[in-house]
Amino acid sequence: MALSTAGPTSSLHQTLTGGKLPGWAPWVCAAGSVLAAVALIAVLPVNGRAQTIILAVLLFVGSQTAWSFAVEGRRHAVDRLVTTLIYSAGVIALVPLVAILATVIIKGLKVFSGYFLLHSMRNVSPLHPGGGVYHAIIGTLEVVGIAAIIGIPIGALVAIYLVEYGAGKRLAYWVTFFVDVMTGIPSIVAGLFVYTGLILTLGWQRTGFTGALSLTILMIPVMVRSTEEMLKLVPNELRESAYALGVPKYKTILRVVVPTALSGIITGAMLAVARITGETAPLLLTMFISASINFSPFTDPQATLPTFIWDQIARGTPASLDRAWAAALTLILIVVLLNLMARLLGRVYRVK
Amino acid sequence: MAKRIDVSDLDIYYGDFKAVEGVSLSVEPRSITAFIGPSGCGKSTVLRTLNRMHEVLPGARAEGKVLLDGEDIYASDVDPVNVRRTIGMVFQKPNPFPTMSIYDNVVAGLKLQGRRKKSDLDDIVEKSLRGANLWEEVKDRLPRPGSGLSGGQQQRLCIARAIAVEPAVLLMDEPCSALDPISTLAIEDLMQELKADYTIVVVTHNMQQAARVSDHTGFFNIAATGKPGKLIEMDQTEKIFSNPSEKATEDYITGRFG
Amino acid sequence: MTMTPTATQPPPSPVSASPIRGRANRRGDRIFSGLSMAAGILVLAIMAGIGLFLLVKAVPALRVNTANFLTSSVWLPDNTPSRFGIAALAFGTVMSSLIAMVLAVPVGYGIALALAHYAAKRIAVILAFIVDLLAAVPSIIFGLWGLAWLMPRTFGLFAWLNDHLGWIPIFRNDLGVYTRCLALAGIVLAIMILPTVSAISREVFVQVPPAHIEASLALGATRWEMVRMAVIPFSKPGMISAAMLGLGRALGETIAVALVLSATFNINWHLTEPGGNSFAANIALKFNEAGPTGQGALIAAGLVLFVLTLAVNIVARLFIARRAAFSGAN
Repeated sequence: MALSTAGPTSSLHQTLTGGKLPGWAPWVCAAGSVLAAVALIAVLPVNGRAQTIILAVLLFVGSQTAWSFAVEGRRHAVDRLVTTLIYSAGVIALVPLVAILATVIIKGLKVFSGYFLLHSMRNVSPLHPGGGVYHAIIGTLEVVGIAAIIGIPIGALVAIYLVEYGAGKRLAYWVTFFVDVMTGIPSIVAGLFVYTGLILTLGWQRTGFTGALSLTILMIPVMVRSTEEMLKLVPNELRESAYALGVPKYKTILRVVVPTALSGIITGAMLAVARITGETAPLLLTMFISASINFSPFTDPQATLPTFIWDQIARGTPASLDRAWAAALTLILIVVLLNLMARLLGRVYRVK
Repeated sequence: MAKRIDVSDLDIYYGDFKAVEGVSLSVEPRSITAFIGPSGCGKSTVLRTLNRMHEVLPGARAEGKVLLDGEDIYASDVDPVNVRRTIGMVFQKPNPFPTMSIYDNVVAGLKLQGRRKKSDLDDIVEKSLRGANLWEEVKDRLPRPGSGLSGGQQQRLCIARAIAVEPAVLLMDEPCSALDPISTLAIEDLMQELKADYTIVVVTHNMQQAARVSDHTGFFNIAATGKPGKLIEMDQTEKIFSNPSEKATEDYITGRFG
Repeated sequence: MTMTPTATQPPPSPVSASPIRGRANRRGDRIFSGLSMAAGILVLAIMAGIGLFLLVKAVPALRVNTANFLTSSVWLPDNTPSRFGIAALAFGTVMSSLIAMVLAVPVGYGIALALAHYAAKRIAVILAFIVDLLAAVPSIIFGLWGLAWLMPRTFGLFAWLNDHLGWIPIFRNDLGVYTRCLALAGIVLAIMILPTVSAISREVFVQVPPAHIEASLALGATRWEMVRMAVIPFSKPGMISAAMLGLGRALGETIAVALVLSATFNINWHLTEPGGNSFAANIALKFNEAGPTGQGALIAAGLVLFVLTLAVNIVARLFIARRAAFSGAN
């Protein structure tokens, strides 16, 4: 077994080996950059926390890249630079989220309380503190509830059509295309549609029901997409075994396919509901806002959490703004809870 | 240019699971060495450790020595990226880059290494495509996409791409499995031509192919699912197929299992 | 929520139903399939209905308009004579959306790459969670937060831009006041469309066939070189689509913009000076106090917005559709 002359100076050795930055290199660069930035800021005519952070980041990127260039060569230096940039994109996403949650919690807690949740704004003047969002919570539950009762079945039916009946057909092609397009409809346009179609043309009253209908339009495309995905995951063998037993198609869908995909469909429904819970714009056009509790979505104005917030901001008084923040806290709690529940459910019960 | 490989006591792990155990073998330069064995015996896994491609999978690690002309490619100061520049690989399913032209596909590896000069690249493209027996068929279509070729042509394009960087060793992971018989024969003829300049290691599940094409053959086997794969026997191809030393080899060759 | 169509086999149809319950079953089948098809047609009807109703209700106002609807910036539809034009609205909508895109698209691509090819499993889960939460925040809260928290923190940045880059009109600020401007709206919009851009780009990034990734790695590519060689060229149509869908969302965003801007009707290229308006925000702000002609004018603006977002969405989908056909053929 003849070995060719190998050794630290042979060209093969040179080709194969490459410098490598030690594992602690990024941390050293980071620490050094922070210290250098703080020092430089003290000396330069610039000051401010943001400037320090930006300077530290620039120093970090520069020093790490230069060090890598010297030790590892151009290709690896570029690779490291890109990796750093990509991770910083992740950090950039984190900052606003933390800022939003922190702000809402801090400002919302000022007025947030059990009283706040259980009382309406009846007889409470905008100038004075007091009052609560009870009527808005009721309104939200009812309006969103009606939208869900209408939107979930329609969305599921469309998805069933696309997956079970429509494969390859022209109509299905157009339906799926426009469902996709519908996900991009501005929410205010959905409100305008209900307004022009039902309220102006048909003369309906502006009630919680019309508000709910505008939300349904926003809900349908989201529902269709997620249900469609879940139905596609159901293996064909399941359908085939049902047909082989003589079960007709519609019963197969209702009793076999849908139940198999059910947890995923429920997840999608919850996410769609979470989305419309936070909608304001269409409701501004299709509902009047009330200060009192109104349990009937078919007569008289109602309030929902988002429109309540909008209204309070419009009033502008410090007391109103406090209420707006507390209502925002309430809203975000509901939305985040729905989202978390939906995703947990999706994780736990996956279609196998 | 063609180098030898010496493997000693190679163990391959996926996480805590030992996939391959105690492999020691030598690959002679300017020859074709075939790895054969039943599915799941670890022959592809071993092949991938020869150019450190297994490290692409998270949790995969190799212990032991793999010497390329005496240099341990697993030494701590070795850069895996550089190892892959020196040891080329052709895969089972032909995978030319779909958005690149034939020309760009061939020079892809060279461009990574910073070779930009058009006249140099032109020469290398012709040389590599000739070396892969593809030049005559595509010389007028170099700017066209690589994905427009037939399966056999695509695989030869991938071979051209691999040899354009003049690697020391060429690894081939079941290069003909996805091809029709005529293309397979074309690739096998090509391999015979290439071995004059390169060291070739080929994994194949087709015993007849190994017998036709290779100079040395290594037979891998696995005792049971969940156990690590091992190299059972490695020898001149003629001996393996006519008079193997191990019973397991003989059983496999004669089709008693696999 | 995936937007890219996956190629799956269509489910089979029943071969024969039991002859005893045959007629009842066939009737049930017909009813159900008819029902689901009706639901599908309903979707098409809604889309057509939106265009139709908006057009019909906008026409009376357009007819009494004495100003040029497309080039005028004035918004006095309930005056006599009625004068209104969408030039300022279009300017504000496009400018704030462009700012949003410039900021959100690169970061969105970065996050998508991180999730698809860079981050370890655990970090990827956390990052995906962060982005999902960001997507869940209602737009009214974005508006509130934009005003209360973000706006004061932009003054320093805008002042710096004016000082150092003020020779470029969009960075110039002659008033020294930086509140409630289009630039702020753009930044808020950027944060809002970030999840959209990153989710859709991520979907295309993970669809890159592993074979191409292996091919580039086997040639000795670093991770970035692999992304540049194998991932990005393959994903370009999807990346463009992601950017356009983000744009579509930014164009239509109503409440956050309505809260953040101080709704003026002029075209001001100094984007850090207070003022500016968008189609959607204008409708939300003016609708309930508008007279019949005023409402008609707003409906007309809504129609323009509808057509605009429709066009952007359709083009974006066409990009993805072409990619699906291409990879299907492969």
